[in-house]
Amino acid sequence: MVNGLPGVTALLPALLLAATGLALLLVDTVRPEARSNTSMAVVGALGSLAALAATVWLTASGGVSPDGGAVLLFADAIKVDTMALFFTAIFASVTALVLVAAHDYFHDHANPAAFYSLVTFAATGMALLAVANSLAVVFVALEMVSLPSYVLVAYLKHDRGSVEAGLKYFLVGALSSAIFLFGISLVYAATGSLILADIASASIEGLAGVLGVGVVMMIGGVAFKTASVPFHFWAPEAYEGAPAPVSAFLSSASKAAGFVVAFRVFTEAFPLEMAVSANVDWMFAFAVLAAVTMTLGNFAAAVQEEVKRMLAYSSIGHAGYALIGVAALTVDGPANGTVMGAAMAHLLVYGFMNTGAFLFVAMAERWGVGRTFSDYAGLWRRAPVASVAMAVFMFSLAGLPPFAGFFSKYFLFQAAIDNGFLWLAGLGAVNSVVSLYYYSRVVKALFLDDPASPSALDAIDVRPTALYAAVVFAAVATVLLLPGFGPVIETAEAAASALF
Amino acid sequence: MILEALMAAAFVGALTVFLAPDEWAGRLAFAISLVPFVGSLYLWSGFEAGGNALLGGEIAYATQIEWLEVGGRSVSWFVGLDGISLPLFVLTTFLVPLAILSAWTPVDARKSQFYGLMLFMEANLLGVFAALDFFVWFVFWEAVLVPMYFLIGIWGGPRRKYAAIKFFVYTNAASLLMFIGFMSLVFALGDSVSSFALPEIAQAIAAGDLGTWFGIPPDRIAMVAFLAMFLGFAVKVPIVPFHTWLPDAHVQAPTPASVLLAGVLLKMGTYALLRFNFTMLPEQASMLAVPIAAIAVISVIYGAMLALAQKDLKRIVAYSSVSSMGYVILGLIVFTEYGVGGATFQMVAHGLISGLMFMAVGVIYNTTHTRMVGDMAGMADRMPITVGILVAGAFGYMGLPLMAGFAGEFFIFVGSLSAPALPYAPLFTAAAMFGIVIVAGYLLSAMQSTLFGPFELETDYEVGPAAFHDVAPLAVLLVAIIVLGVAPDIFFEMIRDAALPVVEGVTIDG
Repeated sequence: MVNGLPGVTALLPALLLAATGLALLLVDTVRPEARSNTSMAVVGALGSLAALAATVWLTASGGVSPDGGAVLLFADAIKVDTMALFFTAIFASVTALVLVAAHDYFHDHANPAAFYSLVTFAATGMALLAVANSLAVVFVALEMVSLPSYVLVAYLKHDRGSVEAGLKYFLVGALSSAIFLFGISLVYAATGSLILADIASASIEGLAGVLGVGVVMMIGGVAFKTASVPFHFWAPEAYEGAPAPVSAFLSSASKAAGFVVAFRVFTEAFPLEMAVSANVDWMFAFAVLAAVTMTLGNFAAAVQEEVKRMLAYSSIGHAGYALIGVAALTVDGPANGTVMGAAMAHLLVYGFMNTGAFLFVAMAERWGVGRTFSDYAGLWRRAPVASVAMAVFMFSLAGLPPFAGFFSKYFLFQAAIDNGFLWLAGLGAVNSVVSLYYYSRVVKALFLDDPASPSALDAIDVRPTALYAAVVFAAVATVLLLPGFGPVIETAEAAASALF
Repeated sequence: MILEALMAAAFVGALTVFLAPDEWAGRLAFAISLVPFVGSLYLWSGFEAGGNALLGGEIAYATQIEWLEVGGRSVSWFVGLDGISLPLFVLTTFLVPLAILSAWTPVDARKSQFYGLMLFMEANLLGVFAALDFFVWFVFWEAVLVPMYFLIGIWGGPRRKYAAIKFFVYTNAASLLMFIGFMSLVFALGDSVSSFALPEIAQAIAAGDLGTWFGIPPDRIAMVAFLAMFLGFAVKVPIVPFHTWLPDAHVQAPTPASVLLAGVLLKMGTYALLRFNFTMLPEQASMLAVPIAAIAVISVIYGAMLALAQKDLKRIVAYSSVSSMGYVILGLIVFTEYGVGGATFQMVAHGLISGLMFMAVGVIYNTTHTRMVGDMAGMADRMPITVGILVAGAFGYMGLPLMAGFAGEFFIFVGSLSAPALPYAPLFTAAAMFGIVIVAGYLLSAMQSTLFGPFELETDYEVGPAAFHDVAPLAVLLVAIIVLGVAPDIFFEMIRDAALPVVEGVTIDG
């Protein structure tokens, strides 16, 4: 560790998030009166921004460098490297945006305090997931993310949709956790170790079959967390029923958390050479899942009538794109690091544009204008700034050039082609074209359509400042990540290359 | 850094105007748009570069700063001008202030957003013509669509939604096709290029560095890429049969947006054809010379015939743009000094003339609230100055000597009559020349019935002369058209300088 600081400093982001969660509980105890909503939001946002600053500092200071400079802690159970910091930056940014937005969304909720602390604890779990170097830590961290998430989805406990969504999410989640855990046990049975590097070096003479079943089951766990086929079907229900800030949090941060597991665990514990020689070709499995996931997500999104549900399916589609990062890999492929790095960069950009889009939906829910495309008609006459921001998110999600989503998607496909996966990149391009249809429907409704009735826009009677701030900030980030894409992709590429 | 400064002026101006109150948004936008114009005059006066920017020529006002590097290829902020892009750059900065002036009368709602979008579009248009890195170029290229989509969709006529979406879908699908075409070239070049800089790519292709990619031989990749890019740009130009979005977009668009659409956006297509297809893949172009020349002539004739059949003045001007763009394609495909140079000159000339026509029709519409040929007659009686300028512009369209349109078409015909690269060149040229006769036919008949004779228009409101700020841009445009017609060399010299290397790139068999 640089500057003579103890190695545990590398865990600063996760520690800051955990401390924020505890501080939130403390604030709630000290100031249980009505005004606590604002102080909670301020404390939560500041805490997650501090965690973000810590990740940037650790990355920039070079204490955790991509070329083998990773920090190993607690008997190798924790490994802080650039990839972990990169993902933690995504988690912290999304958490900050969601907490700020929640201030206005839960303005009349009886007890908003638990929301803030649950989001922060889930974010802590994600940060832990990013540094997990042992399957045991992976599982514990995964549960640390999942349990608060179930509660968050059902947070509006008097709302039938919210409770139903929470229950569905919990049942599917419990099942997939069990499958994932069983997979871990099989891997342990075959290799005798839980530390990723030891699994890779273990002799699996005669136990390749056991290992293979274990790997497949672990893929199931990842598919659940990232909302990919075949464990995607909870996502539309949960995202639609959950309060919109929670949908934003789950579809951006929680999804990225699933990907950090996929990226790290599979490449480190089951290296490409071993996967091929032991006939446990998880890359091919992910390639099939990526193809099916992106196609299913995009085509299902195209037929939705409700904006939030459309965004839920679009989020499944984007999981398919990001899966290319673990699918388009080959032994000694020339662009292995590039393709995974591009997927990481895509998840970062996605973190801003998708969170922003869901937060716009949160704003619409706050106004009470309705949920369908036609309910959004003509909104820009009353809310021009927020509508422009939403247009930015939609065009960026579709991958149109003036926005960051174009670069992240393009470099992902380019790297896949460089690695010989022309078909996967081609399928991704076709899906992007399909996605332009349903994303532009939102823009058309907002700007070109006339409101159903002259009084339809009267519902917009409040200016939720914090929500506005979060949406505008996400839009600015989506735009600025285009000129600023260089450092992002270069950091991500270096971080991912270190795994191969 | 002066190019960046001019683009930034338009961009920051757009943000400022967007947030400004409606009352003085129009005046503020006009004042801001003069900054890039004056700046581009300064660029013009100090322009000294020679040759073609893509083929190793000297690049004026160039900046190259690395932006990012992925997978061994770097993207950089690379802008600069040569003899082909400078005239179009000046055309853009010249047309935008005039278009903004022409919006003062018709645009009466959400003014600050309208003028903000106009300036935002200007910033991106300037980027398209200045960019020399593929990604920088493509970002600007696509970014132009967004403001145009909103300008048509929000401030347009009764069928604005349909027109805006059609415009967006057509041009976006075209962009995707073109993007795939160009990318297959980059992938086929493999390790022989280390960046997306257009000069590097053009020169690598010229040096024969195209390789086999996914088992496809280089010849076939080049041909497929040529076709994909040609189709992609053909929609933008537009060339028959990809022109159907144009009349809808034009008729529904508000006048100032039409002016920029016809004046500059269509030129993006021909400019890109020249830069990508004809400069990078001259061999494929000359292999396809006959079909492309045939499409060009069909565009000329068919576009003119369609114009002949229209009753809406704006539709007439819109279809005649299809016809004029056909001449540009013909000039490009013949691969002679005067052909390619004349085509580039015609882009500028047509930008001015079609801008003038759309503006004049818009001014008449502001007073009469109709554009239908049968609805009015004798407008010359009530709006003498506007009508006078409109007539002069129409003659410019027909190719009256000493006006810019004549110079452009004359150069193209001189170049195409004796083109060694195109079989049956005189035949194609003669057929295209016949288009001018049709142009004269429909313009004269439309003017005859609407402008002259006794005044006739059923209204319950006063029909009088247009305001000064409506007529002034028309007069300025007319002066520019005449100046360019009398002294074409002020642009043609630098254009020819940049066009010559393109022409030399093509080898003529037999």
